[in-house]
Amino acid sequence: MLQINNIEVVYNDVILVLKGLSLEVKKGSIVCLLGSNGAGKTTTLKAVSGLLRPDNGEITDGDIIFEGTKIDKKDAAEIVKMGIFQVMEGRRVFKDLTVEENLIAGGYTSSKSDINLNIDKVYSYFPRLKERRNQLAGYMSGGEQQMLAIGRALMAKPKMILMDEPSLGLSPLLVKEIFNIIKKLNKEENTTILLVEQNANMALSVSDYGYIMENGRVVMEGESKELIENEDVKEFYLGMASENKSFRNVKHYRRRKRWLS
Amino acid sequence: MEFFIQILVAGVVIGSIYAIVALGFTLIYKSTGVVNFAQGELLLVGAYICLQLTVEYKLNFVISFFVTLLFMFIFGFLVEKIFLRKMIGEPIISIIMLTIGLSSVFKSLVQLIWGTDTKTFPQIFSEEPVEIGNITISYVYIFSIISVAVFLIIFSVFFKKTKVGIAMRAVASDQQAALSMGIDVKRIFALSWAIAAVVSSVGGILIGNINGINTSLSQFGLKVFPVVILGGLDSILGAIVGGLIIGILENIAGGYIDPIIGGGAKDVFPFIFMIVILMIKPYGLFGTVEVEKV
Ligand SMILES: Nc1ncnc2c1ncn2[C@@H]1O[C@H](COP(=O)(O)OP(=O)(O)OP(=O)(O)O)[C@@H](O)[C@H]1O
Ligand SMILES: [Mg+2]
Repeated sequence: MLQINNIEVVYNDVILVLKGLSLEVKKGSIVCLLGSNGAGKTTTLKAVSGLLRPDNGEITDGDIIFEGTKIDKKDAAEIVKMGIFQVMEGRRVFKDLTVEENLIAGGYTSSKSDINLNIDKVYSYFPRLKERRNQLAGYMSGGEQQMLAIGRALMAKPKMILMDEPSLGLSPLLVKEIFNIIKKLNKEENTTILLVEQNANMALSVSDYGYIMENGRVVMEGESKELIENEDVKEFYLGMASENKSFRNVKHYRRRKRWLS
Repeated sequence: MEFFIQILVAGVVIGSIYAIVALGFTLIYKSTGVVNFAQGELLLVGAYICLQLTVEYKLNFVISFFVTLLFMFIFGFLVEKIFLRKMIGEPIISIIMLTIGLSSVFKSLVQLIWGTDTKTFPQIFSEEPVEIGNITISYVYIFSIISVAVFLIIFSVFFKKTKVGIAMRAVASDQQAALSMGIDVKRIFALSWAIAAVVSSVGGILIGNINGINTSLSQFGLKVFPVVILGGLDSILGAIVGGLIIGILENIAGGYIDPIIGGGAKDVFPFIFMIVILMIKPYGLFGTVEVEKV
């Protein structure tokens, strides 16, 4: 369904971040992409969804094919319309909009009747959002915000969702809940999922296939159930997962750059 | 007491006009991050277009009013598309310089076409004021308040209930996230300018009917600064409250202080007020500290 072939991504014309990365996501599957901080996971997802430009990043080599169409030159809005929706790292809910307004914004590319239909569907997946429909999103808990971020994606009825660290900063119980929802979406809505995670254990247990990246390249790939047994993976990723959390607050690029021109 | 209420009424009328112009300013600032120094000139252009349609083309005032709004919608849209679109991502100071340049160009064009004399709208409203108890209110005041209220209601419904209005607020809140859901951010930028031009011209037409028009009307654009500073640069409700407060205070200063010191207080008062507010609350009364992050 999605093929990334040998892409190179450069930020600010000089910083080479992805150095010939390739991966494939089969229709109907859940594929996870693991790696330590700064490996280039988020960059990979943004390359697919057309969101590099706001960060002043650019795909300088290789191509990305979605259902037979080359999408690496398309802009974000076109890509959403083709059926790819990225749930960004850090949830990025619209804080001063209500829950329901956030959902309507998520359905921007859909017709009015579809929006109403999809809102009901989101509420059936997340009853808690329905209870808080008129509350400002900024006042919701982290878990609720993550649900809202996923709900926003459902509003566009995407064929494929790119999820960037949905477990970030959530309690273990909530992490479980979020991963259950991811599985459910994959089964019931037939949504293909490319999942970026730091929580390697969880990610490998829900996914069919996994890629591990280091420094802008894929260094290992395989069936998730094999990766989870692999000694190297155990040592480097399954053991380390909890330590990485301290880096979380450090990174946050919010840049307005020459991205719309 | 009657004098005070008379002043209060005038203050509310002028204040509501400040509010609607400030709404346009805030809209551009919130969604695009641009501080628009040409807001007053948008108002000026709108006022003169309406005057031209009414006086020269002899159109019915109501018709020329709506034709002007349509014209200004397109005008604002084009200003964004032609001038500001190219500047996205450039240093904010360059963009501000551009709006200052535009303000000068628009003003000169208006002077070139219509000259510098004060012009007045034909008598549209009855001169006979309405008397409520001991208070007299002119029809043009009543018309002014009602039109501002109607526009503010239309816009709040637009921002709360329509998909595009919600998308505009989404862009103001988090541009990249908005982009990630397929919202066409460039279109939203152009729309912000279009709406800002429309609301400014409403302000221009109303004030033109109250005081007459000449190019110094563009000063009104500067008065928007105390209003939005008071209300907070990023708050639409703040713009409304700020507009009313500044309008009322200004008229109180004009009514009570000017007779003592012989004039001048009315015009300078809003700016003194602005300086004081900024020194106490740098982000305005209703503004959030986060406003910088844009
Ligand atoms: N806007 C940007 N400008 C310049 N460099 C950037 C930008 N965004 C990311 N980078 C750099 O690209 C590299 C990869 O970043 P990326 O966000 O893709 O990593 P990641 O794998 O998602 O990490 P994390 O697990 O911390 O989210 C990092 O070295 C980072 O410093
Ligand atoms: Mg990341």
